[in-house]
Amino acid sequence: MSNAAMKPLHFKPLNGVRIVVWSAFAVILLLLPVLARSNFAVTLLCLTGIAAIACMSYNMLLGQAGMLSFGHAVYTGLGAFVAIHAMNKIGGGWPIPMWMIPLVAGFAGLGFGALLGFVTTRKAGTPFSMITLGVGELVFAAALMFPEFFGGEAGINSNRTAGSGWMHGLGLNFGGQIQVYYLIAIYLFLCTAAMYAFTQTPLGRIANAVRDNAERAEFVGYDTRWVRYLIVMASSFFAGIAGGLTAINFEAATADLVHGTRSGGYLLFTFLGGVGFFFGPIIGAVLLIFSLVVLSELTKAWQLYVGIVFLIMVVFAPGGISSLLMLNLRRIKYGEWRKMRWPYAGMVFFGLIALWGFAAIVEMAYQAQVAAGSGSVVTVARIPMDASVLASWLIAAAVLLFGGICFEIWRRKFNKVWGEGEERIAEAIKKAEAAIV
Amino acid sequence: MEFFTISLLNGVSYGLLLFMLSAGLTLIFSMMGVLNFAHASFYMLGAYFAYQVSEWTNFWVAFVIAPVLVALLGGAFERTVLRKTHKFGHVAELLVTFGLSFVILELVQLVWGRTPVEYKVPAALDGSLFKLFNSTFPTYRAFMMVVAIGMLASLFLVLKKTRIGLVIQAALTHPDTTEALGHNVPRVFAFVFAGGCGLAALAGVIGGNAFITEPGMAQAVGAIIFVVVVVGGMGSLGGALIASLLIGVMQTFAVGLDWSFIGGLQSLGVDVTPETFGYPVWKLKLSQVAPILPYLLLVVMLVVRPKGIMGTRDE
Amino acid sequence: MKVSLKASAIAVAVSLMAVSAASAQTVKVAFIEGMSGPFGGVGQNQLNHFQYAAEQFSGKNANSGVTVQIVPMDSKGSPQEALALFKKATDDGIRFISQGNGSSVAGVLIDAVNKHNERNPGKEVVFLNYAAIDPDFTNSKCSPWHFRFDAGVDMKLEALTNYMKDNKAIKNVYVLGQNYSFGQQVSKFTASMLATKRPDVKIVGNELHPLGQVKDFAPYIAKMMAAGADTVVTGNWGPDLALLIKAAKDAGFKGNFYTFYAGVIGAPSAIGEAGTDRVFQVSYWHPNVEKNALESTYTGFKYKFKEEFYTVALVNATKFLVAAVEKSKSTDGLPVARALAGMKGKGGSGEDIELRAADGAMQQALYISQWTRAGGPGVKYAMEGTGHGFKTVRYLEPKLAAMPTTCQMTRP
Repeated sequence: MSNAAMKPLHFKPLNGVRIVVWSAFAVILLLLPVLARSNFAVTLLCLTGIAAIACMSYNMLLGQAGMLSFGHAVYTGLGAFVAIHAMNKIGGGWPIPMWMIPLVAGFAGLGFGALLGFVTTRKAGTPFSMITLGVGELVFAAALMFPEFFGGEAGINSNRTAGSGWMHGLGLNFGGQIQVYYLIAIYLFLCTAAMYAFTQTPLGRIANAVRDNAERAEFVGYDTRWVRYLIVMASSFFAGIAGGLTAINFEAATADLVHGTRSGGYLLFTFLGGVGFFFGPIIGAVLLIFSLVVLSELTKAWQLYVGIVFLIMVVFAPGGISSLLMLNLRRIKYGEWRKMRWPYAGMVFFGLIALWGFAAIVEMAYQAQVAAGSGSVVTVARIPMDASVLASWLIAAAVLLFGGICFEIWRRKFNKVWGEGEERIAEAIKKAEAAIV
Repeated sequence: MEFFTISLLNGVSYGLLLFMLSAGLTLIFSMMGVLNFAHASFYMLGAYFAYQVSEWTNFWVAFVIAPVLVALLGGAFERTVLRKTHKFGHVAELLVTFGLSFVILELVQLVWGRTPVEYKVPAALDGSLFKLFNSTFPTYRAFMMVVAIGMLASLFLVLKKTRIGLVIQAALTHPDTTEALGHNVPRVFAFVFAGGCGLAALAGVIGGNAFITEPGMAQAVGAIIFVVVVVGGMGSLGGALIASLLIGVMQTFAVGLDWSFIGGLQSLGVDVTPETFGYPVWKLKLSQVAPILPYLLLVVMLVVRPKGIMGTRDE
Repeated sequence: MKVSLKASAIAVAVSLMAVSAASAQTVKVAFIEGMSGPFGGVGQNQLNHFQYAAEQFSGKNANSGVTVQIVPMDSKGSPQEALALFKKATDDGIRFISQGNGSSVAGVLIDAVNKHNERNPGKEVVFLNYAAIDPDFTNSKCSPWHFRFDAGVDMKLEALTNYMKDNKAIKNVYVLGQNYSFGQQVSKFTASMLATKRPDVKIVGNELHPLGQVKDFAPYIAKMMAAGADTVVTGNWGPDLALLIKAAKDAGFKGNFYTFYAGVIGAPSAIGEAGTDRVFQVSYWHPNVEKNALESTYTGFKYKFKEEFYTVALVNATKFLVAAVEKSKSTDGLPVARALAGMKGKGGSGEDIELRAADGAMQQALYISQWTRAGGPGVKYAMEGTGHGFKTVRYLEPKLAAMPTTCQMTRP
């Protein structure tokens, strides 16, 4: 037995590393809009902040409790609708300040989580997924069926500058986008902290147990259904906050907020960001907004690319981007990263070549199928390709083939180097342990 | 009477189509424990392949070839991608099929465009089979019913009466023993997956021209077949059959009924006006909510009997 | 002498530059529409319309040389995405936006434009709506910054019921629609207008079904037949329309269908043979109108894109925008909006059209047309290779299709 293991454990939530990480997070949130050079960049930051809360709340289900939900947008969306009604009530003279709207929406989300979660959590695993899908469809259909609450197809509008109070006296009426950004940033920080704290609570830990082995958790004496139910409620609370922020940001709530496409988006990008680490969904949120706003402007085939990247990630890196990051950090820590520089460089280089060939084929196909009227030439990474000429197809295919083969060669080299490194790290760890004993 | 007969026929034929769709899904789920999220996408592929093949040749060739092609694609997907994720568990398997549904949708749009294609009912099956009172019953609907019943029968025979069926059943419950007896269990799984996809494609071949072949068709049925599988009881073919027929008939009849809570409450002597609390709910007619009844049924079923109609496990 | 020569040369050069600057005036329009995803086909098709219209009716083809430049922005059909893109457009200094598919998107955009213009004086944005036909946009929710180039639901139904009024064969009408604002309005206006125009006509059914949720329309047809309907009025579009017509044909339903969107991309192929002679459409133009002012545009577009041309509203929007820029000598929002209000022009069949100042709604002629086999008199062009096209059965001049407005606004 090592001495280290004999030391009594103390609950010290604020250790040095944590203080540094969280302070850095706060400073980054504070400074981001200063670095943003245009109004639109601020708009993007707002969207990303909201998406980050939504994705993290989703990860409470998927990452923490292993519940794959296809209906998370139900809670963000319903939260947004309650928020928009509350905003209109403020316009009508309700004495609560506008900054509390996300909280109102959060509690609304909690309420809907309690209501719908009661049904969805009756089952775990795959049936849970299918049920959330069904409930999501139900809520979306209802959104169009009850225009009294959802405003029908056109949705409900509101005005975030409504209301009064000391904040308005200071000019803080949320008229400008930058004020909305800081509201979102504050909520993002608080929600992130709260959700992180939640992972450390007994309930958060039991959720992990239920995820890893529901049967054993049941045997130990926990009611797994009750755990699932509580997690769904907690997750819906934060989802509701994200919805409330959406309502403030757009000053409108429409039925597409509860649509399955949005739920699918949360699932996809939370997974891409990585469900295994707490910060993974934040990466996912950045990717989500990037794909929706930036990538979709670059290419009409963006959904195809996202789908394929997702497939590749599920098969080869089920831990998402955050796990890839952490694996490489571990390499750096053990001084193993240097040996992988060349394999990495080779893989990236030939991967990009193969990607170009693939993208050229896809873009030409889109040009020929979707936008045939506007000519047959499409520019792929500054190289013009003519979809009506057979040669360009052959070139693209050849580039794809060449890049693919070279990539595969380098990937094998990489695997070899990676495996050797892994062995050395395992040895190093063993040695370190032996040294302690 | 006329309305009743016609509605019953419509309901049963629609229910049978739903069963064809969910049979493959149930089969794959019960055998491999994989919920194939892309199942409806294979249904769509079946319809598009059939459209393409019938453009080149004729409907009957397409009727045979399209499901086979889709089954091959499904098998290839199982071998190359799905099998790799098996070690990561069911969530990863579900996710990989979820990703596949995106990719198939995009590829279909890339190849056939975003607007509906003109996939026609063959001339021999176009027209009406018989006239019932004032309405006619289309021949093609009868054909759909025959195909569905034929499929059900052959599925039953293959699983219960043939050697392959026995091996499949054995591979499910005791994969290790079956392997030890010299059977290639992974190949059995690939076979089952391919078969399930082929069944979905068959539904697509006959559903694509009965309804409409367009990129949204997968999403339109995707959620409903999940409802069928859950309501029927996860993994139970018999349950899926009952649930499909139930949903088909229920939806069809509900469309015809203009009942609403207002009517019910008024006959009980309760006066409901637009000022009454919850008026938007009370005024809804049953016919208006007919298409979402399956989802309501799902909710009710989960509250009352979580394991489904024929389910055995109460997870 | 030399100096003055030089000065006059500079003066000439300056004035030349001024002329060329004026003639090279470019006005950017952000086209915010869903161009990927399930309904992306329609959005892309509309973008083609707009780009073709800009090519044909602005730039070197306009007398003044004012060029309309279209900046496509893919909203994926989502109102939330559209709002984000609206912010992007305003940040990029674009002062004109255009959208049409889906009243949900149009509604939030009108609201966003109002707020933007109120909070950013001097940077006003004008919204050119080419197809979102919720009558609220020109009544209770009207805005001085919003101009609608399509005809509203109320106008279209006014025209349709005027036609039905004279058709004595119509006795039992069944109204079927998708359960959302548009379908609900169709159902409401049809019932109220028929009640005053043809009190003898019975509304034997008034049904709403969830949007895009119905796979099998056979039960609805069975219900229509049980109710003895001879005419169906439906606001359905997309698969919901195609499936309805198919089911009607299968069940041997003999009634006629009065629709709004039978001519939209994809619908003609889907309706095809099943709708022969029994599908009617109310629209402000179709390829076979008499006195077709846009025949060459139609054939040119069809040749270039292998798609049908039908959104004349985008041609009118382009023409009006060019004229407004010419008139106001500015590409800013406020002066152009002032010029657009009350502007007059010529429509797709050469009729006099007017962008009414009171509510920003285009006053134009409407047609009731019938889906018939092509080749006969009045059906010169078939659509989407179906061998069928629309034949005018009734022309309603602009004043017959006009509707009063309750709009209360003051133009800035």
